[in-house]
Amino acid sequence: MNATNAQQRGTRSADAGIVGRGSREAARLMRKWFSSLTEAACEDKKAAFVFVMGNMNEVLRCFDMPIVFPEVTALQTAVRGTSEGYLKEAEDYGFSPDVCGYVKADIAMHLRGGEHPMGLIPKPSIVVTTNACNTYFKWAEIWERLYQAPVVTIDIPNQRAARLKSMPGDKDFQFELAYVVQQVNELIAACERVTGRKFDIDKFREHLRHANMMSRYWKMLLALNERTPAVFNALTDGLAYLGMANCFRATEEGAIYFKELYEEMEYRSKHGIGALTKKDGKDVPVEQRFRLGLMGVPCYPIFRGFSEFFSDWGGVFVMSSYLKFASGGTALGYEFNLDNPIESFAEGSLLTVRETQTGLLFNFPDIEDHLSPYHLDGIVYHGVKSCRTASAGLADRRYHSSELLGLPTLLLESDIVDPRAVSKAQMKNRTDAFFEGLISRQQRAAVS
Amino acid sequence: MTGSVTYFDAWRGRSLDEIFMLCREMIEDPTYPTVKAWRERGGCVVGHFQVYFPEEVAHAAGVLPVKIRGGRTEGISVSQHFGSYLCSILKTSLDLALNKDIELDLFVTHPICDGARNLAGIWGRNFPYKSQVLHLPQNANSAGAAEFLRNEYLRLADDIAAAGGKPLAEDALRNSLKVYNHSRRLMRDLYAIRCDSPWKLSADESFALVGMAGFLPREEFNTLLEAVLPMIHSRPIRQQDKMRVVLEGGFCEVPPFDLLEVVSRSCYVVDDDLFIGLRWIVEDVSIEGDPLANLAAAYFDKSSYSAVQHDTGKPKEKMLLKRIQQANAEAVILAAAKMCEPGLDEQVAYSKELDAHKIPYFITEFEENQNTFDDISIQMETFVENVMFD
Repeated sequence: MNATNAQQRGTRSADAGIVGRGSREAARLMRKWFSSLTEAACEDKKAAFVFVMGNMNEVLRCFDMPIVFPEVTALQTAVRGTSEGYLKEAEDYGFSPDVCGYVKADIAMHLRGGEHPMGLIPKPSIVVTTNACNTYFKWAEIWERLYQAPVVTIDIPNQRAARLKSMPGDKDFQFELAYVVQQVNELIAACERVTGRKFDIDKFREHLRHANMMSRYWKMLLALNERTPAVFNALTDGLAYLGMANCFRATEEGAIYFKELYEEMEYRSKHGIGALTKKDGKDVPVEQRFRLGLMGVPCYPIFRGFSEFFSDWGGVFVMSSYLKFASGGTALGYEFNLDNPIESFAEGSLLTVRETQTGLLFNFPDIEDHLSPYHLDGIVYHGVKSCRTASAGLADRRYHSSELLGLPTLLLESDIVDPRAVSKAQMKNRTDAFFEGLISRQQRAAVS
Repeated sequence: MTGSVTYFDAWRGRSLDEIFMLCREMIEDPTYPTVKAWRERGGCVVGHFQVYFPEEVAHAAGVLPVKIRGGRTEGISVSQHFGSYLCSILKTSLDLALNKDIELDLFVTHPICDGARNLAGIWGRNFPYKSQVLHLPQNANSAGAAEFLRNEYLRLADDIAAAGGKPLAEDALRNSLKVYNHSRRLMRDLYAIRCDSPWKLSADESFALVGMAGFLPREEFNTLLEAVLPMIHSRPIRQQDKMRVVLEGGFCEVPPFDLLEVVSRSCYVVDDDLFIGLRWIVEDVSIEGDPLANLAAAYFDKSSYSAVQHDTGKPKEKMLLKRIQQANAEAVILAAAKMCEPGLDEQVAYSKELDAHKIPYFITEFEENQNTFDDISIQMETFVENVMFD
């Protein structure tokens, strides 16, 4: 029995309690998180500003600061259809139309006193940046100028060349790790200075324990989509999971969320209940005619429409590079050693943040490899103006993976936040042609 | 590979104007004839993308370091390898390599920007030789950064040896530091002329000379500058009443010569950040003790600034102010390469700082493949008139 049949048979009584629970809970918790930021802003409580890749939440939560993820608040402007006004405001301030829209949306928020579509963001007392994206540095420097907030950098030595990775025990890994350990200690010292509090190593261990649980289940969750049907859409459902993976990282709520999400998805996989979408207020199964991999980032200004370019043809994204890099490498499943917390945290940060960069800059075997466990029918590359890290190499990767894998590929370009850089008709046209090719290929295969 | 062999002799016995023209032709020649000649003699070449690269490490291994900085190309070979929204230098650099205008034994890029970081992967997919990132630390303020960089240089030295260079030896490195210290002194002398008597050396002429350091064996470059500096000092050119400006924004992709000529017609460019990577270290690097550690420390402690180095100890807008003051400039040209995210972002910080200090500035964008300059010529003249008659 295929997935669709199983789903069409009607909802089991057991399904009602568990199916869709992850989506509902993510929505509830994310609303709670946005509200907590609004409250902090209203109380003039100062926050730690961090980025999704290398967010150091395990350390920062020891100091009880609200944690702001500007990428998350910036993308809300696009998803809620309000980004253009923010972008224009930042451009009036002096920013070029050609720089990252996330930065501009965020700066406009600050110019508006922290206002964004889901509430308010507090001001920063400390800024933590990493080298996972170079624009992070420019962004951090802008807050430093606006608020005189101290900027602490965590510089993670990434993989230097394709398929060449230092590992624990290697000579190169030793000096890389020593550098990261030093920086983690410097971050702790900076947090102590800013908050006037002492670092509590037991609290830190607790955060590591929660982070371990999140990583374990996140890795297992992604692996579930290797099966047919895919139990979630990496593009649409994945966004909710990413919000949770970042905003609730190293928390008990986050750990429980991912444990229960995995339980739901495991149940659905066992019972053939694939990815769902909302139609007329009801959860209905998405058609899964083509299993697709997504390289790059979503198109938030037309988030639903972008998804429908594919779902209308029966395309489902079973895996995306975004799910891995935007969750900061937690999908690696690295678990911190609570007996040696600082060094283990540094080692884990080195390995996981580096993993995000390997996928972004060199190769992403989950999608771009003969041995991909996701059994793909095609790959979609989506480059955006706002993110050169994720986009600069995509055309070249597509050029080579088409030849290497013999899979149909599609390259689209638009933006992650700027609707002015999105040409919906042109993108739809190209996507339709891609699917016509996929269908023709399927028909040829059936004949031969 | 150096010794008595030379690769660029055409300048000998020529007038200063002819030397500038020859240098410009060499820099604009996308086929890198001197690098080809080096390879034909069995030499090994490491190509390093903008901005800073520790050339001494390659030099000590007997390998020729060549700055990969794009150029004027048709862009046909590269068209399938890059999408939109990227600066030109990424595309033209790869185009030159795909066309075999430049052939390398090792390619090194740096984490200077999100585009450049991708080059190691892109190069690696397209060429058989090793392509890598040299991880110049992004946390200049960490107590562990210099030690990390020393180890990173050692790792690089191993890769250079694997590509055909000699294993790193301390004495060879000391000798290389001496050669490069001398070279940096000569370039500082050149820039001192720009500041003290700018009528004797325009921005495009200075650019033509400094750019030669990007691909000539360094000893040969030094010989060229040693000969040319006295010629510039004694150049019989009359001083004009021109505004003194600093040009900021050419740290990676460089503007075309014609654009610099246009600017130099309107004003004296008394300092700039063109090829700043070749002039990154601003003092001699000590040859005492551990030379590699000294070179690593100099990257942080004896260095200039740019939009692509994050260092809370060197706020870029304050560093620009310092540059303006030291050069006794009256105004600034804030240029940025099209689609250069760090450069465009920094323009905002620079302009706010200049506004606060009431220093006039002119904002513009450029592209290395640009070939019309009428608009910028008119804009520059208008800007200069506005400032002078304000």
